[in-house]
Amino acid sequence: MRRILSILMENEPGSLSRIVGLFSQRAFNIESLTVAPTDDNSLSRMTIGTSGDDKVLEQIVKQVNKLIDVIKIIDITDKKHIERELLLVKVAAMNDITRTEVKRLTDIFRGNIVDIGKHVYTVQLTGNAEKLNAFIDALQHETQILESARSGCVGMTRGDNALRV
Amino acid sequence: MTTELFTGAEMVVKSLSALKVKYIFGYPGGSVLDIYDAIFQQDEIEHILVRHEQAATHMADGYARATGKVGVVLATSGPGATNCVTGIATAYMDSIPMVVLAGQVATSLIGNDAFQETDIIGCTRPIIKHSFSCRSLADIPDAITKAFYLASTGRPGPVVIELPKDVLIPQNTGPFNIETNIKMRSYNPNIKGHAKQIKKAVQSITKAKKLIIYSGGGIILSNASQLLTTLVETLKVPITNTLMGLGGISGTHKQFVGMLGMHGSLEANKCMANADVILALGARFDDRVTNNVEKFCPNATIIHVDIDPTSISKTINAHIPVVGLVDVVMQQLLDELNAIHFSPDEEALTQWWQQINGWRDVNSISYEQDENEKIKPQRVIEVLYKITQGDAYVCSDVGQHQMFAAQYYPFAKPRQWINSGGAGTMGFGLPAAMGVKLAFPDKHVICITGDGSIQMNIQELSTCSQYKLPVVIVTLNNRSLGMVRQWQDMVYGGRHSSSYMESLPDFIKISEAYGHVGIKIDTLDELEDKLTEAFNIKDRLVFVDVLVDEKEHVYPMQIRTGAIDEMWLKKGVKS
Repeated sequence: MRRILSILMENEPGSLSRIVGLFSQRAFNIESLTVAPTDDNSLSRMTIGTSGDDKVLEQIVKQVNKLIDVIKIIDITDKKHIERELLLVKVAAMNDITRTEVKRLTDIFRGNIVDIGKHVYTVQLTGNAEKLNAFIDALQHETQILESARSGCVGMTRGDNALRV
Repeated sequence: MTTELFTGAEMVVKSLSALKVKYIFGYPGGSVLDIYDAIFQQDEIEHILVRHEQAATHMADGYARATGKVGVVLATSGPGATNCVTGIATAYMDSIPMVVLAGQVATSLIGNDAFQETDIIGCTRPIIKHSFSCRSLADIPDAITKAFYLASTGRPGPVVIELPKDVLIPQNTGPFNIETNIKMRSYNPNIKGHAKQIKKAVQSITKAKKLIIYSGGGIILSNASQLLTTLVETLKVPITNTLMGLGGISGTHKQFVGMLGMHGSLEANKCMANADVILALGARFDDRVTNNVEKFCPNATIIHVDIDPTSISKTINAHIPVVGLVDVVMQQLLDELNAIHFSPDEEALTQWWQQINGWRDVNSISYEQDENEKIKPQRVIEVLYKITQGDAYVCSDVGQHQMFAAQYYPFAKPRQWINSGGAGTMGFGLPAAMGVKLAFPDKHVICITGDGSIQMNIQELSTCSQYKLPVVIVTLNNRSLGMVRQWQDMVYGGRHSSSYMESLPDFIKISEAYGHVGIKIDTLDELEDKLTEAFNIKDRLVFVDVLVDEKEHVYPMQIRTGAIDEMWLKKGVKS
């Protein structure tokens, strides 16, 4: 089952490699991984999309927590949470019909066309993984996808609780 | 007033001094010459020059296991550092406090494939508790104090510190500030067990009819053997130790049912299989204990006490997990037992012990020695026990001799039994024994080894000459890689693929060449006299080469894929 883990860790050189190394060393899955410093520059916030049964998940959470650089880890999957991913996709836009259709789809999915070329549109879309997948499916029916990049998901629980030091 | 300025190399040595380090085990090389120069100019810390960096790590490891202090290793960049990898892994698997200082090329060269450059932080990432790379002078005291703190607290383990050449050189100086009172927001090991879990555990203990205590290396590491003995005697139940936990309770204690696991006693494994409650203390249900996890003790309620949450429910699901230091938790358990005015269920205990005594009567730890035949390896261990009156530090290598030592030398005290349990590192024994001898020069320190293992670090005989380390090496020489051969006999149709040792050296001549005493034993009638002679030589290393029966197998032995208590008792005889 797909799980989303939020991790707060020291923003130290090598911290990321410790996490990635741990996942490969113990044969845990990584489906997506995003990381960046937080508002407090001494901390990094990481979101990992992973999968496994309850026993594996328990080990993942414990093993990540055991890393000295890690301050907190929570599995937000079963909590009320917000999950977002960013998609940039470059599609062929050779004629008016395609351009109109891409524009229409982008509006329906509440995305933005952020760049245009002679024969291409680049679209930006945020949402959860399901929405992004649906958009890509829809685009594929209308035109050719030339390039796509997804950020991997970031997530946060809803409500008053905050993942802080 | 001007602030005194120091080089990075001086800071390394000053930091180690501040942490009361007595010995560094190491080997010099280009990137760490400044540290060696700083060591030369002081006399608080002694450097022990080994002959191979792997031995430095094992020596520091043996020193740490025997004393409980942090073992310190110093190696140069590149091959010096990579030679430490096996020793770091060994310490990691057995949770031994160790700090490895590894040189590195100058920061400006890192990543350039410079001479003797290896990414040692990367190489060691999966086998360390933590690592630091010092990129400035101020990092040095900070990294070293944190490394010691991390290595020695919580679940202990090795910590690597990378020291690039340019932060060590004389051209680069700065003020020295050290803070030994460490606090880290990201590292707070749980000391006390959760009160609710303690209550649950005690409820389960009091209801048990067939309780067994299963204790491991955690008891040794947290110096909790007295408390363990008190708990065992309060509950009046059987106790078994893992390979790493031997000495946690006296090997001759009447409630001790022996080591459990692959080559454990039948009674220990039977107790586990038949228990209704298993109280696991500082042990981790290793696969060499459980045998087939699918068949593992299906009727038992498992209380698992460990400082490391990842050890709990990793292989075997714990019904009552308790995260905390095992000594603290045992005291909490005793307090709770007192609070409820615990008195043992004598009737249940009588029945339980009757059953256990039935298994004990099988006498599973036994062997047959024909007086006219070759020496049985087990006999050598028994004679060693007799001569040293059970009071020696026994450092073992890895293989059959290791199992025989664990089975036939009942350890009275913790830290007396020193072996590579988790990693199973051949070549560990001799350097580990040297580290122990350095710490306890007046004690008997034995290295029990085999003709395979001893050759994996035999060059350290030279270090022993230099530092006058008179350990007694006892090689159970069976002219083959005994444990490999045993498996080939049992599982591979007797095809001895690369498990025999052709052209063994003359160990006596080798020891003599290094300036030691060599004694060869090949008949049973001279065994005790010659071993006694070896222990009477106090000021020189004695290498005893005992020719033993090469056909002997280690029994009992768990049957592969079976339950914990399904064992071969001897050739062709099942439990």
